[in-house]
Amino acid sequence: METNNTNNFEPKVVAFVCNWCTYAGADLTGTSRIKYATNVKIIRFPCTGRIDFMLLMKAFANGADGIIISGCHPNDCHYTSGNFHARRRWMIFRNLLDFIGMDVNRIVFSWVSAAEGAKWAEVVNESVDQFRQLGPATSYQKLIKNSEFQEVE
Amino acid sequence: MNNLQQKAQQLLESGNYGLIVGYEKGTSGKARPVFIRKAEHASKLIFDESCDQNIAVYLYRQEIKHDKKKVIVANHHTLKSIVELAAENQVFDGDFMVLAFAGNGDIIELNTFEEIEKHVATLYHGLTEAEAAMMKKIEDMSLEDRWAFWENEFSKCIKCYACRASCPMCYCPTCTVEINQPQWISVPSHTLGNLEWHVMRAMHLAGRCVTCGQCGKACPLELPIQLLTYKVALDSKQFFDSVAGTSICADNALAIFKPEDHENFIR
Ligand code: SF4
Ligand code: SF4
Repeated sequence: METNNTNNFEPKVVAFVCNWCTYAGADLTGTSRIKYATNVKIIRFPCTGRIDFMLLMKAFANGADGIIISGCHPNDCHYTSGNFHARRRWMIFRNLLDFIGMDVNRIVFSWVSAAEGAKWAEVVNESVDQFRQLGPATSYQKLIKNSEFQEVE
Repeated sequence: MNNLQQKAQQLLESGNYGLIVGYEKGTSGKARPVFIRKAEHASKLIFDESCDQNIAVYLYRQEIKHDKKKVIVANHHTLKSIVELAAENQVFDGDFMVLAFAGNGDIIELNTFEEIEKHVATLYHGLTEAEAAMMKKIEDMSLEDRWAFWENEFSKCIKCYACRASCPMCYCPTCTVEINQPQWISVPSHTLGNLEWHVMRAMHLAGRCVTCGQCGKACPLELPIQLLTYKVALDSKQFFDSVAGTSICADNALAIFKPEDHENFIR
């Protein structure tokens, strides 16, 4: 069902979220019956500090068009400082990706607390819109195709 | 015999030192590392502009770990790496002596980490003009051109890991590239896996790279991969005011945080 028509294009989106804030927030979105884009597959982590940058690389390598990363607001981390460490890592990682020519707009970072069910719906909807505008991650798909060929050999 | 050779000879003859790690004349005008255990071989030692390799990587190698007290002839790259290795507890105070050089060519003996740190503070930390120009050239490209540039470079990498072996800061006994449960980095060298390998290498060196350029020099295919670690080093300085190789007790930029760390992209 591949289509290059960006108008009908539905991006594949992976969300890496922390258990204590954003996952609970997304739960609240559901129990509040707020509708939001269905493109997103949510993966729950103990903490944003656990979201290794290699996991994001693997999401792209497996065909994600966009990624959302979300966790507790600063000073709200269940483990006190996981999100502060994560923030430093993202600052470096994001600039490194930009330096190698990846479009950093394909990764959205946010803080969503357990009480912000409405914000979660907003973040997802806005992100999916943004990824839809960007279109399929074709440059990455080219690399994936090329690697599959080599690995089968 | 020049000063350095005489000094080396004396040190070995004194019996207090068992090994000198330094440079000797190599082929095609290059210098190569040399390990001298006998006083009569001291005349092999050289130190000039050709000695630009960062040889701090040998300090903790198994093969010489148990040698009696060591001496290392250090250029400014090596000195900075020793400071960073000290900060990461990979080398130990008093285990070796450093022979460095003053501007006029005089030999300076550095015996303690404190002395090394003091000496390193007098050195220039930052990219050379040529290196800064290379960074700017890439940063000025459009996103598409940057991608094309790196895609082409990454496609050439044969995953020999010479860059890793040459870097003093890549000392983990088991590197993520060797882990196969799960297989983080693919075994065959295709562009996708190579890109992941280089992003990983750069991320793991964030706040630790001393911008010596050794990884790029070691690459048999001349990939300018040192620019990736320069990028994370420059960002660590800009964002967190952290410069690797300047302090024997500083924490790595990514191992600490400040609540007031400032970014402008988190919603
Ligand atoms: S420039 Fe390369 S070899 Fe030197 S410290 Fe940085 S990553 Fe290691
Ligand atoms: S030295 Fe060059 S070819 Fe070898 S792994 Fe590093 S970048 Fe790839």
